[in-house]
Amino acid sequence: MTARLPNPNLNPALNPRASTTRLWRMLPVAALALASTLATAQIKVGVTLSTTGPAASLGIPERNAVALMPRTIAGVSIEYIVLDDASDPVKAVQNTRKLISDDKVDVVLGSSTTPNSLAMLDVVAENKTPQISIASSLRIVDPVDAKRMWVFKTPQNDAHMMTALSQHMGDQGFRKIGIIGFNDAYGEGVITELGKLAPIRRLDVTVVERYARTDTSVTGQVLKVLAANPDAVLIAASGTPAVLPARTLKERGYKGQIYFTDGVVNNDFLRVGGKDLEGAFLPAGPVVVAKELADSNPIKKVALGFTKMYEDANGAGSMNSFAAHGWNAWLMLERAIPVALKTGAKPGTEAFRAALRDGLEGIRELVTTHGVMNMSKTDHMGFDQRARVMVQIKNGTWTLAK
Amino acid sequence: MDASIAAILTLDGITTGAVYALLAISLVLVFTVTRVIYIPAGEFVAFGALTMAALQAGRAPPTALFTLGLGVMVFALDALAAVRAGSARGLLRSAGWNLVFPLAVWWLASLPALQQAGQLVQVALTLAVLVPAGPMLYRLCFAPVQQASVLTLLIVSVALHFALLGVGLVMFGAEGSRTLPLTDARWAIGAVQLSGQNLAVVLTSLAAMGALAAFFGRTLTGKALRATAVNRIGAQLVGIGPARAGRLAFAMAGVLSVFSGVLIGPITTIYYESGFLIGLKGFVGAIIGGLAGYPLAVAGALLVGLIEAFSSFWASAYKEVIVFSLIVPVLAWRSLTHRGMDEEDPE
Repeated sequence: MTARLPNPNLNPALNPRASTTRLWRMLPVAALALASTLATAQIKVGVTLSTTGPAASLGIPERNAVALMPRTIAGVSIEYIVLDDASDPVKAVQNTRKLISDDKVDVVLGSSTTPNSLAMLDVVAENKTPQISIASSLRIVDPVDAKRMWVFKTPQNDAHMMTALSQHMGDQGFRKIGIIGFNDAYGEGVITELGKLAPIRRLDVTVVERYARTDTSVTGQVLKVLAANPDAVLIAASGTPAVLPARTLKERGYKGQIYFTDGVVNNDFLRVGGKDLEGAFLPAGPVVVAKELADSNPIKKVALGFTKMYEDANGAGSMNSFAAHGWNAWLMLERAIPVALKTGAKPGTEAFRAALRDGLEGIRELVTTHGVMNMSKTDHMGFDQRARVMVQIKNGTWTLAK
Repeated sequence: MDASIAAILTLDGITTGAVYALLAISLVLVFTVTRVIYIPAGEFVAFGALTMAALQAGRAPPTALFTLGLGVMVFALDALAAVRAGSARGLLRSAGWNLVFPLAVWWLASLPALQQAGQLVQVALTLAVLVPAGPMLYRLCFAPVQQASVLTLLIVSVALHFALLGVGLVMFGAEGSRTLPLTDARWAIGAVQLSGQNLAVVLTSLAAMGALAAFFGRTLTGKALRATAVNRIGAQLVGIGPARAGRLAFAMAGVLSVFSGVLIGPITTIYYESGFLIGLKGFVGAIIGGLAGYPLAVAGALLVGLIEAFSSFWASAYKEVIVFSLIVPVLAWRSLTHRGMDEEDPE
């Protein structure tokens, strides 16, 4: 309050209280100055998830997980800006641009699906903002080049899951495999991955059929699969629409083994599928069978803790692995933000975003709900063998496969 | 492909074709009476199945609140009109249909005794919950623009479809449900397995079509609807109000769509988005009938069902493409053989 503002319009002869007016004029400026110093100490996390559209069963639990994330860390407040991209890559890119240029976020969380996350790569790289994706494909973070150095992801790679799946198939002695999958990017991804791994496990994919998520009947596809008489059938689908082929296979008298992918891990799937799912195998993150893990497994404590927190907020039995993937993003930020703050960079600046990226890349031995994460310059996913288990559906629940 | 596989596929195609036929009829009905291409009919299919599922799970269906909400909006419009006209005539009747009836149905649907009282009661409750929403939507969205062109009405229809999708997601969540089958009976005829549920679908569809034919041919209201479909201004001149005809058409389309949903619920998992594609395939069937005649629409819908079943066997990756490409030759043939009376000409 010691500087005197030049004020040529104030004629002391006409305005005896000129000095007081000058004081009042300075107050808003002072207030703004104070507020802006407070604002720079706030970290902004931009979130774009698919809470509507075909991937809503992934996005809604992830958004619930974001709602549970703490609002302060290391004395700095965090603001979450959550947007919906309706499972559409164009909208995801629009949201990312809006978050980065209008809201000036320090990190972007999202999106829930692979096509959306891939579309966002260019935008985050161009604006040098770190991105933590919650989608499954390896291609989002591999190879770590100039664009992907800014991108990290929390779910196990689909390649990871397919390796476990194909290994299980090979170990069980299955040779002829049939696949019924979605006719979209998800189904295509699974089919391609299994195709790559099949020769290694001496599996022979004899028949591949597709169906649409909203189909009312898959009789034709199932008849085609049955005609090939495979030892095992993989249903490459996610969410409750995966029940339809399983039910039709059982109705048509299929006696072989049914496999699912990790996209079905939610309790609505069990509810809708009922007895038709009995005995099916699928690869999954350890969080769904946390109770059965060995006590010495560090993942057990984190997984059970998150399960309790999530179910307290959203109801018993609401836990699913997508919410856990969302939560893992917070665990990563919890480790990386203090590291970035310690470098002295202020949130909202490019230096802070670069420091945050370095902090994320430097994560070592972080125990998350799905696995133990070790990031490196060449691996922006960080999970190892401990991050996936084979699960069997027995008596309408998920159990660890023996 | 041998005879038994062909037989199984034919059976499957006829079952789904029967459901598409019900939708095709409702689309033709609404279009001929009101010139609206009723895309939200698909949403009613999904809501019908999900309401049944909610009742069977022992929960009050959220669609009852949805209908109540619509009723409140319609009543507000009626009250405004009454205030402007300075007379409360008809306001009591409006309150009865738009407020008291949905409220009563909501209360009934939350009673556990009725929720568990058997399939017929559940179907009746589902119809009571959803059918009134049809005329209410007509009153709210289409009646104000009833004189507009078909294109404008189509745009309103598509907008309504998106709005209902959002409402469906909020009401039912992203995951789907199945309903319990009407019957678990199964008969084996040779290699073909006939399930009681599929038979029930075909028989009820036939019964619904028969009832509709009787309604149009024998009752005064049915004939009035047919008159409006043939020539709207002429029907108005002889005392058949277009608004009343529109509401009736929407109500009947609602009955047919909700019924389809109830029939298809046990066969496949329905979730909030499933209705759109089912409605669209019914629309393809209706297009084959030229959006004018019922028998052709039913035949077209059956054809769609059969083609879908067979192409899901031969080329499952291209099934959707094949089914929707059916429209192209049909439209081409129709426009080449059309005798040139423009729909937009003054009647």
